[in-house]
Amino acid sequence: MSRRKSITGGLFIGLTAFSAILIIAVIIILLVVIIIGGKDTFSWEFLTAFPEDGMMKGGIFPAIFGTVLLVLIMSIAAVPFGTITAIYLTEYAHEKSILAQTIRFAVRTLATVPSIIFGLFGLGFFIKYVGSGMDDLFLGGQLKWGQPNILWASLTMALLTLPVVIVSVEEAIRTVPREMREASLALGATKWETIKRIVIPGSRSGIMTGTILAVSRGAGEVAPILFTGAAYYLATLPTSLSDQFMNLGYHIYIMATQSANVDQTLPIQFATTMALLMLTFMLNLTAVIIRSRLRRKAK
Amino acid sequence: MKEIKIKTKNLSLYYGAKMALNSISLDIPEKEVTAFIGPSGCGKSTFLRTLNRMNDLIPNVKITGEVLVDGLNIYDKQIDVVNLRKKVGMVFQKSNPFTKSIFENVAYGPKINGINNRKKLEEIVETSLKNAFIWEEVKDRLHDSAMGLSGGQQQRMCIARALAVEPEIILMDEPASALDPISTAKIEELIFELKKKYTIVIVTHNMQQAARVSDLTAFFYLGELIEFGKTRKIFTTPDKKHTEEYITGRFG
Amino acid sequence: MEEPIGINKFVFSRESLKKKFRLSEFLSEKIITGVAFLSITIIVLIFFFVFKESIPIFQSKKKEIAKVETVQKQEQYGTDSSVATNLSGQEQYGVTGTDSLMTENQILEEDTVVHGSDEATAKSLMGKQWLPVSDNPRYGLIPLFVGTLKITLIAMLFAAPIAILAALFSAAFAPHWLREIIKPAIELLAGFPSVVIGFFALMVMASFFQNLFGYDGRLNAFVGGVAMALAAIPIIYTITEDALTAVPRTYTEASLALGATRWQTALFVTLPAATPGIFAAILLGIGRVFGETMIALMATGNAAMIGINPFESVRTLAATIGAEMAEVVFGDTHYNVLFLIGSLLFIFTFSLNALAEFYVKGKLVKRFQGKQS
Repeated sequence: MSRRKSITGGLFIGLTAFSAILIIAVIIILLVVIIIGGKDTFSWEFLTAFPEDGMMKGGIFPAIFGTVLLVLIMSIAAVPFGTITAIYLTEYAHEKSILAQTIRFAVRTLATVPSIIFGLFGLGFFIKYVGSGMDDLFLGGQLKWGQPNILWASLTMALLTLPVVIVSVEEAIRTVPREMREASLALGATKWETIKRIVIPGSRSGIMTGTILAVSRGAGEVAPILFTGAAYYLATLPTSLSDQFMNLGYHIYIMATQSANVDQTLPIQFATTMALLMLTFMLNLTAVIIRSRLRRKAK
Repeated sequence: MKEIKIKTKNLSLYYGAKMALNSISLDIPEKEVTAFIGPSGCGKSTFLRTLNRMNDLIPNVKITGEVLVDGLNIYDKQIDVVNLRKKVGMVFQKSNPFTKSIFENVAYGPKINGINNRKKLEEIVETSLKNAFIWEEVKDRLHDSAMGLSGGQQQRMCIARALAVEPEIILMDEPASALDPISTAKIEELIFELKKKYTIVIVTHNMQQAARVSDLTAFFYLGELIEFGKTRKIFTTPDKKHTEEYITGRFG
Repeated sequence: MEEPIGINKFVFSRESLKKKFRLSEFLSEKIITGVAFLSITIIVLIFFFVFKESIPIFQSKKKEIAKVETVQKQEQYGTDSSVATNLSGQEQYGVTGTDSLMTENQILEEDTVVHGSDEATAKSLMGKQWLPVSDNPRYGLIPLFVGTLKITLIAMLFAAPIAILAALFSAAFAPHWLREIIKPAIELLAGFPSVVIGFFALMVMASFFQNLFGYDGRLNAFVGGVAMALAAIPIIYTITEDALTAVPRTYTEASLALGATRWQTALFVTLPAATPGIFAAILLGIGRVFGETMIALMATGNAAMIGINPFESVRTLAATIGAEMAEVVFGDTHYNVLFLIGSLLFIFTFSLNALAEFYVKGKLVKRFQGKQS
């Protein structure tokens, strides 16, 4: 009887192990396939050159440039707002107050909104309300801001990544020991002085982690920028906030689904995917390392 | 006859509905060392914290009665808590240096008081560290992290940090309880020096320390002040039986 | 003892201790609170603006009837697309095998649209045909719902068991060092952009499955579902693993002390104890798949069909928005319907998350307090 049980047991454990291995195997296959498909095309020239011949040849520099510009503007919007909100939640909010609970609820909700909805919001609010409003007010109805561009796309992305920043910064602020705050106050410092001099410097790593994770998210998401500013082929790099931009993820999507000559562009598609994967992977790895150091410090 | 620096009148403290301090009336004279003793949980630390309003940080705390410092009720609505804490400094049970350099730690107080002149700050830091009996040990590594100091050194640095703000009263919440005997002795020596210029109130669970170091002693039990008087008297011929039992180690 | 320098020159006095108004304190508190309040504002705005653009459908005011307009394709979006969708044709992206079906009827996007009255539109929402771009536009949402449900079902059928079993292995059976490898590796998968997973599905998985099963349409619900599973697995795994490790040690120790083996304990004690958390994990996985756009766009074929066959193409709600919004005229009925779809998506994922939260909090707390079994 017990032998049958131990066979069942062994099988069961084996099944669970198999599941875990299966997942990892798929991850590895995915990585390997992408790398094999892209390694021949992937090169420094590829990353720094412009596309040629209607995307048939050349490099993806504008897509990289656009992606970087996007996450840059996004970070400028999201990181300060996220950090300040995190400070409010940890330092100023009375935990049971309705305001604090509502804000927490709003942040949690924001974190679960499907990314395409942000795109809709970007279109309905930023482009058609704020942008058009700006055109009416300042340009007498001329169409400049009331259409997709990198500014609106970045702000849309900032909303999507806001919860990521808030959670990371909050985690870091909570590792600053209560005793340090007490010491500061006992010396005659005010609340804001304590936050400015002790809490924020002590949360630097969390702010960094949050920013990096947000950037990684912002670099990879495509749905929010499908109709708020991304473009497939632009002759020039964006030079102002009202320009459209190219983007790695969007590029992959369009090329994979609407490419005229698949055989020729396939290597480019793989190489671009490789580039995007490398970018997000490196960013995530960095953030994870900083975060685990932070958690070790808290213990 | 020394002036009374701190006078409490029927001070009671409640955590929600639970009473933690019951109508404490006490006169603490200036430039002397007053010790609070009593078993764990008797309220001596809580009472200490009412003297610089650190209990304000805890939600649900209610205080009745008065605490008069130099004749002014510090719980009056007109009082500025921030300035109060510049006059009434505190040293905590477990040393809590900032994760900054030793210099930055001690200079923290002066900086928030608006002193930014580098030379002045260096003067203040040196004076404070000397007055805390730690200058010689750290003078060559002022810009190293304070976290690298030993426990006893950290605590003395925290004392220096408190001194840098130039308070008139220093509250010490079991300052040596986490330290080894040698560091403890150094701190006690320090207290002896400090009382020439500052009014010291020290909470300790170590009766021998109280007997060694203080001029006056107050015995607390379950949130009440049982007896208060000259240390000599409390430890040799206390008035209350309760006090005697505690002193002789019958409980606590 | 050295003389103090004299920072605080004043002694205790009513003046020196009088309550000071500090501008920086006041401002910092107000500004910080205000900024934090912004997050509430954002959610409210999203609610408002997404719903706002879908309302016109339900208003009975008639729009210009029978006005023929040309749907403009915005030129910035590059070379004209040679891929078209029609009723039953499936999109054939990527490498096509020799036995794949080529679609007929390449309808060009530059079509003429007739604005019908909005009453007709509201009725057609319940219809079975999604044909927004045609002489007689129909906005039947049912095929989109069916498509989304199919994908979600297939995705969860794969993702839930695999992720839960893997979490069980990680939490209960794996030696510590192995767990430290598996957990981050799976969390790595969470960091893959969905467009990459979509690309992988489109280029690799689609052909692989087609060769394996031998069906006609290369991109279909099955391929899309399996790809979505890849996106959902990390979420389900992480939350389940947390739930399993949160089961109090006393439970497992009690079971072992009674003579149960490790696997019996894991299966009959730990797993049931973590049920609320696992349930929440599944709910969140569903929410993720329901709203996922890029994978759907790239791997499901994008033909709005109703049917049980998993190897048929489908179109999901999110993909519809993603595919068509760029081509739509602002203020148009089609535009409004797309926003309506967005509103529905929003409501659904919102409810799902609220449910997951309340359920977990409620049941978990009650269970460990012993108020229910």
